[in-house]
Amino acid sequence: MIIDLASLGFYIVAGITLGGALVVVTSKNIVYAAFGLLISMLGVAGIFLFAFAEFLALVQVLIYGGAVVIVVLFALMLTRIEDFKDISNHREWPIALIVAISLFVVIATIMLKGREVSVNLASVDLGTLGTNLFVRWAVPFEVASLILLVALIGAIVLVRITDGRQ
Amino acid sequence: MIELFHFQILSVILFAIGLYGVLARRSAVLILMSIELMLNAISINLVGYSSFGDFVESQKALGQVLVIFVITIAAAELALAIAIILRLYRNRSTVNVDDVNIMKW
Repeated sequence: MIIDLASLGFYIVAGITLGGALVVVTSKNIVYAAFGLLISMLGVAGIFLFAFAEFLALVQVLIYGGAVVIVVLFALMLTRIEDFKDISNHREWPIALIVAISLFVVIATIMLKGREVSVNLASVDLGTLGTNLFVRWAVPFEVASLILLVALIGAIVLVRITDGRQ
Repeated sequence: MIELFHFQILSVILFAIGLYGVLARRSAVLILMSIELMLNAISINLVGYSSFGDFVESQKALGQVLVIFVITIAAAELALAIAIILRLYRNRSTVNVDDVNIMKW
């Protein structure tokens, strides 16, 4: 069976994504884990490109590749980094592995049963996406912006230094 | 040929890896990073259905709009969680979630 170029590219990008994710959950060094997260997020942006969602790929690179990884690195720097050697993994990690594998088996079995060969390459263009987001789903959009504002204020209030009294 | 099936399987594998991270890691920051992985798995699933599913155009657009909302909520959740972790570190000088058991029954 010959593999066409698009599938090959998809497998490579998917491998990069899963490799970064594995570094996140297995690395002993927490800085490596943060950079594994960066690699994985950029891989997900590549996966979005394979689904013809260019705008979402852009948003993914901007927010995850830019903001989220930087915030996580700040959290690593503000907490003590040398303590992470001995608390990397829980003692009972085989149980977690069994739970994760069984979840994968269950969902993958369901997806294999319901597998339908529908290759519908028509994707949404940016104009349709913008019209849907700002006209049809305008109220959820405003609620989301309100949630962002509340989270911002809440984060500031939480980390504010209250001189002595907690 | 790429089809919907590939996106589904990739999404499930990524979600399982994230679940393993949430269960097995002990540092709160690493648990947070694993939660981000799980949210990205959901985004992949939504985008796959949006582009390769057999839907009309407004439903396809809804898939991408949902991904935008997922990213928004993930950003808000991350900011609050980092704030809570910093507060925890300042009060208890640890980010090991096994040491934070004052509400354990």
